[in-house]
Amino acid sequence: MDELVNKRINEVLKGNHEAFEEIVTMFQHRLYQVCYRMLGNRQEAEDIAQEAFVRAYVNIHTYDQKRKFSTWLFRIATNLCIDRIRKKKPDYYLDAEVPGTEGLNMYSQIAATGDLPEEEVEKMETQERIQYEIGRLPDKYRSVIILRYMEELPLQEISDILELPLGTVKTRVHRGREALRKQMGNM
Amino acid sequence: MNTCRESMIHYMHAYLDGDISRDEERELKEHLAVCPSCKEMMDELQSAVSFLQFAEPVKAPEGFVSGVMDRLPKEKPKAGIHRLLRRHPLIAAAAMFIILMSATLFSSYNNQQFSVTKQPNLVIEGETVVVPAGETVKGDIVVKNGNIRIEGEVDGDVTVINGSKYMASTAIVTGKSEEIDKAFDWLWYKIKSTVKGLLPTSDTGKDGDSHTDSE
Ligand SMILES: [Zn+2]
Repeated sequence: MDELVNKRINEVLKGNHEAFEEIVTMFQHRLYQVCYRMLGNRQEAEDIAQEAFVRAYVNIHTYDQKRKFSTWLFRIATNLCIDRIRKKKPDYYLDAEVPGTEGLNMYSQIAATGDLPEEEVEKMETQERIQYEIGRLPDKYRSVIILRYMEELPLQEISDILELPLGTVKTRVHRGREALRKQMGNM
Repeated sequence: MNTCRESMIHYMHAYLDGDISRDEERELKEHLAVCPSCKEMMDELQSAVSFLQFAEPVKAPEGFVSGVMDRLPKEKPKAGIHRLLRRHPLIAAAAMFIILMSATLFSSYNNQQFSVTKQPNLVIEGETVVVPAGETVKGDIVVKNGNIRIEGEVDGDVTVINGSKYMASTAIVTGKSEEIDKAFDWLWYKIKSTVKGLLPTSDTGKDGDSHTDSE
């Protein structure tokens, strides 16, 4: 696989546009899937995954062929996803009180709209529920949990993708699992 | 709340990461057998992560690949000059403009008419411009197809195109003094001053320049 990928990359570097199409074809589903899990929205996932391939193409000369191509590609995509998630967050202070709602701050407002009532959650189909639970995870746990349990990547590879020390990745996996457990209670 | 949890929680995660020693694993299992609250927590952790593994693979939509290909920048930086010209008619037009302009400039070189920058206190004698002794001309002087004789002072540049310059012993020129009498020099001088005027509004400057070099 990696040998074939590097062969195609060398062709892209020589100016062969079509060789890149083969690379996109090889990785499209995996990359789209990661973006979809991170963002929870099909349009956005398509947009960001395509953007990730465009950035990979433009910066292909910076890719080190001794390393795994998928790691490099996933790094581009997860960075774009994290940026997109951050941009969607309101920049006002979350713990500021909402005018006219005594004692309620932004956290409780978001909790009130972001989390669905229990009956609603119980009616969800499995696939919908999975995406719902992932979406409720704080984003720094979300990325490691997706890469660990949905992409089934080893911790070391996750550390390479996210450019985080291995110890940090382990801590985030632990906290992410703990957050999931608390969210889901006894299913 | 069970007090053993804090010490056991680490083992649980280490176990789930496959990052646990044989001894630690035995210790954990023995504890889970006797402690219902730790057993419950371990079960919840395991079911939470195994629930995620029910996730069905998600596929990129139809047309995803062609969508990427459409979004790629059309030119790689090292593209050949021919492709560049074919795909960027604007640059080609700019190059053509410069070529045509050069031709125009050559013909204006051959225009033999005498001319001089208008400055007060310059004296013109036929086709010779005189800066009289004891006078100071403030500003640049350009003389075309004629001569200049400097007896006084010029506070600026003196350029003589297709002509000669005489400097009296009393002459003073504070700026640059240049004589241009070869067609090439003249062309170069003209391009320099024209391009200087064009540059601020030209955004294809770099490509245009590298192109004219190859002409
Ligand atoms: Zn216990």
